[in-house]
Amino acid sequence: MDLELMITSFPKLLNAAAITLKLLSVSLIIGLLIGLLFAILRLNENIFINKFAYGYSYIFRGTPLLVQIFIIYFGLGQIEYLRSTFLWVILKEPYWCAIIAFALNTGAYTSEILRSAFQTIKPGIIEAGQSLGISNKIIFYKIQIPIAIRQSLPAYGNEIILMMKGTSLASTVTIMDLTGVAKYIISTTFKPIEVFIVAGGIYLFMTFIIHNVIKFLEKKYSFNS
Amino acid sequence: MELLAFGDTGWGDELFYATLMTIAVSITAMIIGFSFAAIFTPLKLSKNILLNFLANSYTTVIRGVPELLVIYLFFFGGTGAVMYVASIFGYNKYIEINAFITGAFAIGIISGAYSTEVFRGAVQSIDKGQFEAAKVLGLSKFTQFFKIILPQVLRLAIPNLSNVWQITLKDTSLISVTGLVEIMRQSYIAAGSTRDPLFFYSFAAVLYLMLTYFSMKLINKLEIKYSRGY
Repeated sequence: MDLELMITSFPKLLNAAAITLKLLSVSLIIGLLIGLLFAILRLNENIFINKFAYGYSYIFRGTPLLVQIFIIYFGLGQIEYLRSTFLWVILKEPYWCAIIAFALNTGAYTSEILRSAFQTIKPGIIEAGQSLGISNKIIFYKIQIPIAIRQSLPAYGNEIILMMKGTSLASTVTIMDLTGVAKYIISTTFKPIEVFIVAGGIYLFMTFIIHNVIKFLEKKYSFNS
Repeated sequence: MELLAFGDTGWGDELFYATLMTIAVSITAMIIGFSFAAIFTPLKLSKNILLNFLANSYTTVIRGVPELLVIYLFFFGGTGAVMYVASIFGYNKYIEINAFITGAFAIGIISGAYSTEVFRGAVQSIDKGQFEAAKVLGLSKFTQFFKIILPQVLRLAIPNLSNVWQITLKDTSLISVTGLVEIMRQSYIAAGSTRDPLFFYSFAAVLYLMLTYFSMKLINKLEIKYSRGY
C-alpha cells in the first residue's frame, strides 16, 4: 500500500471531482427539462406524438451511454453540413458533446419516471380541482406537478446517482474528469488499488451526499408531515 | 450496405462475431453475478453484524462507484493480483490474463451487486408463513429451499432481474476499453479504418437495441412461466 501516492493524488482527484460535478449538474438540469417535455408528450393523445416520445425513450434506454457519446462526438462531426453551421462551435468541444449525450440519456429515463408519476395521480384529485372551479392550467401547475414531484423523488434520486456514475464515460472523449484523472494516475504509476480507493472514496462520498439530500427532500414533501 | 458485406470486403462478419462476443460476455458476467448473489444474499439477510457489514459494503461500494473505474481496477490490477497469489505458491513467471476473463469478471462483480439487492428484496417479500409451513411439514432444509422458497423467489425476482440483465448487457460496452473485441470495439476499429464513425456507431446502437429487444421478449416468456398459478 503506497500511502504517499494516495496523499499526493488526493488533491488532483478532488479537482477532477469538481469537473465531474459540473458535468453532472449541467446535464441534469437540461435532462430534467427534456424529461418533462417528453413526459408531457407521452401523455398526449395524438398517437404520432405519443409514439415519437416513446421511441425516443426506448432508443436512449436500450443502447449503452458509450455508444451515444461516440455517435455524438465522433459521428456528428462527419456530417459536412453541420460543420458549416454555428452548431459546430458546440459539437467540436468534447465537453459539450458529453453534456448533450448525458442530457439526452438522463432525459429519456427522467421522462419515464415523470410519466409514471403523472399516471399514478388519482383522477379524483384532478376532478376535485375542477369541481372547485380551478382552471386546468392551475390544476396542472399547482396540483399535478407537485404531486408528481413527490411521487418521482425516490426514482429520480436513483437516476441522479446512475447519472453521476455515467459521467465517468466523459473520460473516453478526452475529458479529465474524476475517472479520467484516476486512469491517468493508474497508467503512470501502475498502482491501481491505491488510486481506486481514493477515487472510489470520492465517488462514494458524492453518492452518500446525494442519497441523503434526496431522503431529506422525500421527508419534506411527504404527505404525512 | 457495402460496408456490411461479409468476407474481406466488408465488416458484416466481424460485427456478427463481435455481437456473439457481447452476448457471451454478458451471459458469463450474469452467471458470475449470480454466484456472487448466491454468496452475498444470505450474508445480507444474516443476523451476524460482521457478515451483514461485509455484504452491505460490497453492494454499496459497487453501486456507488462508476463501472468504468471498476473495470480499470481489474484491467490494471488483475494481472498483479493473480501474479501475487501465484508467487505465494512459488510461481514467479509473468501471467497474462485474457481480456474476456478480466472483463466478464469486472462486469460480473457489478452485476452481482445488483442481483444481490434483487434477491434480498424477493426473499424478504415472501410470507413468513411459507418458511414456517415448510418447516412444520418436516421437509429437509434442501427441499425447503429448492421446492418452496426458490420458485417463489424467482417469480418475484425475474422482473427486476431483467433490469439487471439490461444493465449488464449495456455495461459490456465498457469492456471495449480493455481491447476485447465486442460490438463497441469492433465498431471503433471499423470506424477508424473506414473513416465512417457515424454509420458504424449508429449500427452498433441498432445491434444493442436488437439485443435488448429480443432478450426482453425471452424474459417475458420466463416471467409468464414462473408466474403460472397466480
